[in-house]
Amino acid sequence: MKKSLILGLALGLTFVTGAIAADPLKIVYVGKNTGNPYFDSITGGFEDACKQLGCDFQFVAPATAEATSQIPIIEAQIQRGVNVIAIAPNSPDALNQVLDEARAKNILVLTVNGDIVGNEGHRDANILPVDFTKTGPSQVELLGSMIDYKGEIAILSATTEAPDQNTWIAAMKDALANDPKYKDMKLDTIVYGDDQPEKSTTEMESLLSNYPNLVGVISPTTVGVAAAAQVVQQRGIADKLHLTGLGLPSEMRDFIKDGTVKAFQLWSPYNEGWLAAYFADGLSKGTIKNEVGQKFDVPNLGTITILDKNVMNTQADLTTFTADNIDQFNF
Amino acid sequence: MTMTDQTSTPAATAFDAAAPRPRWQVILIRPETMTLLLLILAFVVSSLISPYFLDINYILSSFTIYAEFSIVALVMTMIIIAGEIDLSPAANMALSACLFAWTFQATGAMPLAIVVGIAAGLAMGAFNAVLVIRLQLPSIIVTIGTLTLYRGIAQIIAGDQSIRLPEYFIGINNVLVAGIPVPVIIFAVVAIGLAFILGGTIWGRQIYQIGTSEVAAQHAGIRAKRIKFMLFLAMGFTSSIAGLITASRLGSVRYDLGIGGELQMVLMAMLGGTYIFGGRGSILGTFLAAWLLSVISTGMLTAQWLPATQLCVLGGLLIVSIIATNFIYSRTQR
Repeated sequence: MKKSLILGLALGLTFVTGAIAADPLKIVYVGKNTGNPYFDSITGGFEDACKQLGCDFQFVAPATAEATSQIPIIEAQIQRGVNVIAIAPNSPDALNQVLDEARAKNILVLTVNGDIVGNEGHRDANILPVDFTKTGPSQVELLGSMIDYKGEIAILSATTEAPDQNTWIAAMKDALANDPKYKDMKLDTIVYGDDQPEKSTTEMESLLSNYPNLVGVISPTTVGVAAAAQVVQQRGIADKLHLTGLGLPSEMRDFIKDGTVKAFQLWSPYNEGWLAAYFADGLSKGTIKNEVGQKFDVPNLGTITILDKNVMNTQADLTTFTADNIDQFNF
Repeated sequence: MTMTDQTSTPAATAFDAAAPRPRWQVILIRPETMTLLLLILAFVVSSLISPYFLDINYILSSFTIYAEFSIVALVMTMIIIAGEIDLSPAANMALSACLFAWTFQATGAMPLAIVVGIAAGLAMGAFNAVLVIRLQLPSIIVTIGTLTLYRGIAQIIAGDQSIRLPEYFIGINNVLVAGIPVPVIIFAVVAIGLAFILGGTIWGRQIYQIGTSEVAAQHAGIRAKRIKFMLFLAMGFTSSIAGLITASRLGSVRYDLGIGGELQMVLMAMLGGTYIFGGRGSILGTFLAAWLLSVISTGMLTAQWLPATQLCVLGGLLIVSIIATNFIYSRTQR
């Protein structure tokens, strides 16, 4: 009698807990590469949001940011039965087939922090920190203001295939060519540091040797701008060569404080992870619809609108960091 | 003359041959057995570290990432057995694929492009062969040089961009025959063919003899130089085919296609029990080793292990296999 009572209770409990604990939403974020501190912030946003929402989050990334390095990882995630694949793509088109495979299995595909330019049909939605078409001109304006809008400049980018880099560079070239304000600024060359600290350092040093009249460098990648700042600091040429780019406050703090870099820009990567998690959760529960023009509220971020091509931005403009405000930020 | 005392139980003197090893020892105690055991262990461990691993379709489709290198590794095994080494196949794959894509982009004719790609692979193999055999340079140095050369030419042709291929060419790894992806079938067919050549034909025997001692082989009338020349050509041909398969799988061609692949191929040959100094090895070993590498890598990937951890495991595996191979060969030295 006692045994069957206990058995019955146990069975009952499992049913009850089964009903309470529904399968948590499984989200995975595929970064560009490991060892890149930038993605720690986005991961932080995802993790904190998932703690509040009760979803299951993991971060994975390939060893190098080559165009096809993420394909085996995405296939493994499909095999593991995740519900949401969020990815910072290393190539605009190499992932088309594997992302289609994921969507065929009802996995939500979000591109976070970059988009598969020209191939947007292969993903469900895109989360960007700011309007990427404005990033390039903002960076050119920031550098221009430091060099009196005249002189030779260069760009130290990441990988040649990265869709976000190419969007910004195209807009920078456009601004330099067409905006009369920048008529005395000349773009000498673009070099690629592959988001590796060693290669970025070598490319920066080669820029300094090959272009002795260089007065400014834009490095729209956190790995690149940190490596370039290191080179400028070591050589002590901060007054002759003005460096700016997209950098993490935590990595650039020393360089700002000692004057190596006067200002740089970024956004809050944390918010991208936060928004992506809330968006995925809302979609899975049916409270958000993935349609252009839809508006929804996210705690701490206010109202988010889904823009053309299913793009969402977490903030309106780039944040500019200088010696005055850098201590307010701790990412 | 007194005869040696013939007693009823002749004592083994120094001139008596040692008793032959029992047959079961000959069949079982060899490096390929170690590879097989490691493969079984890899399956077990991979299923334990991730519940999603044990799915035959997933395992087969994950192998397609390694299939191209595996096919070339089979020919690499024959070259290593013959006492040489070729470190240029990955660069060969890239340059053949780049020339193929560039020809297609320029002319739009797929058959012509394929012919150009394969001809390029053969030419590169021939270049290696001439340097190693006619000029008698050490193959390791030559092929390190040509690997850099071919990769560089590929970068000149393709630049930093990728050349996209037409839809009908893409996705050979998704084409299934009887549920098995085509590259895996190609790998199995090539393995069976080469195993037959290496184990069952006179040339195969001669390759082992050349690897054991080239001078002795030449004195025995074996045309060592011709056979080695053919092997390098075969390597070039196989690399270009592998390059085309890779291009189909990735959908586009870049100069860094297959970068680092030569080390994976040598790893497969070593894990399969091929003796680095030549003279011993087998296709079966490399076949099992390719699966071993694929199973371990896929298992670690599905279990979300960090890339750094995966590298450590692969490195440890290589060291273990080299020690075990050498141990087995030295103990069974006859």
